[in-house]
Amino acid sequence: MYSVPVAGLCPQGSYGIQDSLRSGFTSVKNELLPSHPLELSEKNFVLNQDKMNFSTLRNIQGLHAPLKLQMEYRAARQIQRLPFLQSSNLALDTLRGSDDTIGFEDILGDPAQSEMMGEPHMMVEYKLGLL
Amino acid sequence: MATLAVRRAPLGGFSFENCKRNSILESEANKVGFSVPTARKTGTTICGVVFKDGIVLGADTRATEGMVVADKNCSKIHYISPNIYCCGAGTAADTEMTTQIISSNLELHALSTGRQPRVATANRMLKQMLFRYQGYIGAALVLGGVDCNGPHLYSIYPHGSTDKLPYVTMGSGSLAAMAVFEDRYKTGMEEEEAKQLVRDAIAAGIFNDLGSGSNIDLCVITKGNVDYIRPHDEANKKGVRTGDYRYKRGTTAVLSKVVNPLDLELLEETVQTMDTS
Repeated sequence: MYSVPVAGLCPQGSYGIQDSLRSGFTSVKNELLPSHPLELSEKNFVLNQDKMNFSTLRNIQGLHAPLKLQMEYRAARQIQRLPFLQSSNLALDTLRGSDDTIGFEDILGDPAQSEMMGEPHMMVEYKLGLL
Repeated sequence: MATLAVRRAPLGGFSFENCKRNSILESEANKVGFSVPTARKTGTTICGVVFKDGIVLGADTRATEGMVVADKNCSKIHYISPNIYCCGAGTAADTEMTTQIISSNLELHALSTGRQPRVATANRMLKQMLFRYQGYIGAALVLGGVDCNGPHLYSIYPHGSTDKLPYVTMGSGSLAAMAVFEDRYKTGMEEEEAKQLVRDAIAAGIFNDLGSGSNIDLCVITKGNVDYIRPHDEANKKGVRTGDYRYKRGTTAVLSKVVNPLDLELLEETVQTMDTS
């Protein structure tokens, strides 16, 4: 289970310092305050919802139920294409129950139609830990 | 640019990338004296009432953009499911997209459960979505429908609170409409009486509120039947011109006349409807 970062905008390089090569120059104002009150809550929405659901499930059915489900989530999360290609996450959606709901994340900012693409070589090297 | 995308998997949904730039632009523009263009609001009167056999929903048809009327005949009663309709006040785009998303979700839900959707389900979906966005989605809705448990009417505010009541009004003309309801509402009205009451409430909003105007739309929902009456009443008619600058035939004398008929054959006839929704 990935934990939600406390200060959601803190630098995301390793050791918690700014990774200038990957994310550009840093500025204190960008880190401290989100540009919109909803930015943090939207970034972590799915994580928070999962946490809430798991904790309710634990209270209702005991510890093993969320444990088993998280194992399945972890397995489903590993079914991906190459790092720079968009994956449909169908198994993950089915487990979460979001395969028969539609929301703004399906209509606006569809990653399949984004104008920027990650550099394939760099992304594969990052995934393999060579970078 | 490639470095940005190495770690972060792109997510869909709202993107807040331009918020800082926009706030800087807005403050710069205000310094010089310009104002940022505003979103189109509906500045509305919408209302709903429960009568003996079902629900009557009513709405005016004016959409404003600041001090200018943007749409003289917009449709504010949105379809959610065959037995549930929703009137929307607030920012026009927000109400439109929110009701469409909830309509799709409700259809998927109904296919998954195999039952006719209930009004309470639509209400819960709407309130959870609006609360998630903390009021930034400016959609104030009047949701009404008839399901297996009878007729239900809800009012939903932009921050996500809802009320289940026998008569509700929303929008800038809500006070005028509510005054009419408070005076004349009775439980167990007949359909014609309820339609007249809603028509009068919307008319009160149209004549006493600048943000509401034009025609009155009604939607009568009963068990198994929906009557979408658009327009029910044209409260604000545009005037007819009394004079005409065209000359009558015979003003100029005709000296000679030559007629050349053109032989044309009709090859193809197509009808392309305009989107007047």
